[in-house]
Amino acid sequence: MFKAKDLLGIKELTTEEIYHILDTASNFKDVLKRDIKKVPPLRGRTVVNLFFEPSTRTRISFELAAKRLSADVINFSITTSSVVKGETLKDTALTIKALGADFVVIRHSSAGVPHFLSRLLDISVINAGDGANEHPTQALLDLFTVLSYKRKIKGLTIAIIGDITHSRVARSNIYAFTKLGAKVRLICPPTLLPSEVNNLEIEVFNNLEEGLKKADVVMALRLQLERQSKGFFPTLEEYFNLYGLTSERLKLAKDDAIVMHPGPMNRGVEIESDVADGPQSVILEQVTNGLAVRMAVLYLLAGVKK
Amino acid sequence: MKILIKNGRVIDPSNNLDGPHEVFIEGARIKGLFPKGKGPKADRTIDASDCIVIPGLVDMHTHLREPGFEYKETIMTGTKAAVRGGFTTVCCMPNTNPVNDTIAVTEFIIEKSLKEGSCTVYPIGAITKAQKSEELAELEAMKRTGCVAFSDDGRPVTNSLIMRRALEYSKIFDVPIISHCEDVYLSEGGVMNEGFVSTILGLKGVPKAAEEIMVARDIALCELTGGRLHIAHVSSEGSVKLIRDAKARGINVTAETCPHYFSLTDEALMGYDTNLKVNPPVRTKKDVEAIKLGLRDGTIDVIATDHAPHHADDKIGEFDSAAFGISGLETALALGLQLVAEGTLDLKHLIAKMTTAPSKIMGIAKGTLSADADADIAVINLANSFVVDSSKFLSKGKNSPFNGWTLKGTVEKTVSLGRIFDWI
Repeated sequence: MFKAKDLLGIKELTTEEIYHILDTASNFKDVLKRDIKKVPPLRGRTVVNLFFEPSTRTRISFELAAKRLSADVINFSITTSSVVKGETLKDTALTIKALGADFVVIRHSSAGVPHFLSRLLDISVINAGDGANEHPTQALLDLFTVLSYKRKIKGLTIAIIGDITHSRVARSNIYAFTKLGAKVRLICPPTLLPSEVNNLEIEVFNNLEEGLKKADVVMALRLQLERQSKGFFPTLEEYFNLYGLTSERLKLAKDDAIVMHPGPMNRGVEIESDVADGPQSVILEQVTNGLAVRMAVLYLLAGVKK
Repeated sequence: MKILIKNGRVIDPSNNLDGPHEVFIEGARIKGLFPKGKGPKADRTIDASDCIVIPGLVDMHTHLREPGFEYKETIMTGTKAAVRGGFTTVCCMPNTNPVNDTIAVTEFIIEKSLKEGSCTVYPIGAITKAQKSEELAELEAMKRTGCVAFSDDGRPVTNSLIMRRALEYSKIFDVPIISHCEDVYLSEGGVMNEGFVSTILGLKGVPKAAEEIMVARDIALCELTGGRLHIAHVSSEGSVKLIRDAKARGINVTAETCPHYFSLTDEALMGYDTNLKVNPPVRTKKDVEAIKLGLRDGTIDVIATDHAPHHADDKIGEFDSAAFGISGLETALALGLQLVAEGTLDLKHLIAKMTTAPSKIMGIAKGTLSADADADIAVINLANSFVVDSSKFLSKGKNSPFNGWTLKGTVEKTVSLGRIFDWI
């Protein structure tokens, strides 16, 4: 079933592979409900979390997923300021290889770094977010979460709100949901819309109210606050007035619409606390599902012949 | 030494010549062309059977990296790469360390190239001191010392007033101002062409407008001043149109493109190969077609290499932090010949764009087989195919996106000022 040794992005996955991961995750979710949450498949294997960008959530999720599978875990966090040249990245990768690791989970601010490592190393490379390219496990856990509420993906309307240009979460989710037959709407100011994104099968809305109408899933993206100083929008207040997800606006979506956010949230910027903590929010459920999905990815890649 | 090159098809666009001639060389000069079988007796005969014999190629846009970046390239290795690629003249850009903005650096480059170079080197001086776009460098002094043009290549002259002054002032001695056209606010942080592919790769794009805005500005300044403007490395359809229109209006502008802009599109970047990272970036199919049309209709005068060698350390790892540039001297001719094979240019026009056209723009007596010209000649086998192996480049820079490509047209011999380089 799984041929590639790496998980680089949703782009590279077939629909069958996506469903296979989700089915496997479903089994692991059952494991996570047990009293004893640890299973043995990765005993004796080593997972290195190589994080060049600060991230708490994704790293601890991968760490716990690996530990639940009985793997040994090393956390290798490098602040980008100490990384001056590509040579360092290569050296770091070869060091990890020399240590005898079986998996490297990589987070980097520069798109394409997982692909570089994939060529350099014969061990499994898992992309935990690379620049504005992809964050595949986030999209997989989002699919898993939506499936658990909606039972199917095909035909759903997914509204993604916010900074699409700089968002790997948006990219991975566009690929994931369109591959499985959902309709994806992107809601953002024209300054935060990627170039020629219309070549993908998506709909674009500059108006939040229009874009929210009859949506099944409403996903708010985290806004990097420093975008304001680069002229993408004038002030955070103006951004919130135009694109902030409020309970009033959420009424435009379907009554049973669910609200998602990849975290960490800027409350009062892209999402109002009433919505984040409200009855339609599945944000904490996403976190739990992330664990099951990452266990599935590690488990499936461990079975690939290298 | 007397050399006779015979049995070849001699093509010399400067004399509108294409036929079975023999080229007679004495010392560092061409003595003359003779009909087949009529060449004088020589000390050495070069058999150019099945080959074309052309003026040594002239590259008006080369980075030799010396002084300052000898780990990337030196005058010695860069000129070796040049003759390997059929070039016998290179004009080197001033973005060295220190910048070539004084006669001391100009003198250094000339002396070093006479001592260690395999071909003729003409320095290009900086337009502004330290390429900072603030004050004009001493253009006349550098011109007197041997600079043949001025450019802040690698970066644009951001200050429009300084660019105006450069175009005005350089009229004293009739040399071209070569413009690297880039609006640095629009291109900031960009590493590839802005478009659908940059969206898919999640890399920051450089819009074509970043180039076209500056092409338009410099054409306007050229019209205002009556100076001589040359647009470097044209990459986009919009730039071609602006230049075509300017030429039609009689403005004194010339332009060059590079092999990668008619051989590659941004789709080649899928996979994040840093060897494809170049400034300006390779664009789309539409731009490639426009550049070919511009070459055909004369809008683009010259094919230059923008040879930009880098050390492997500068190209490995993150795409975002890898250096911009392609090591181009050793593939340029074969890539140009693809234009001939597909019918975009005829052979004579291609050779003209790599010999007579750059020589004329730079005001140098190169790129011709006329009697008494420098004995700069390339012998090319058009039928021979080869697989590009950048690890075998004579350039220190192995950074080629064409590695592994099968190309046609091998340089069999290069004669540079009467020195014979034998490649087979």
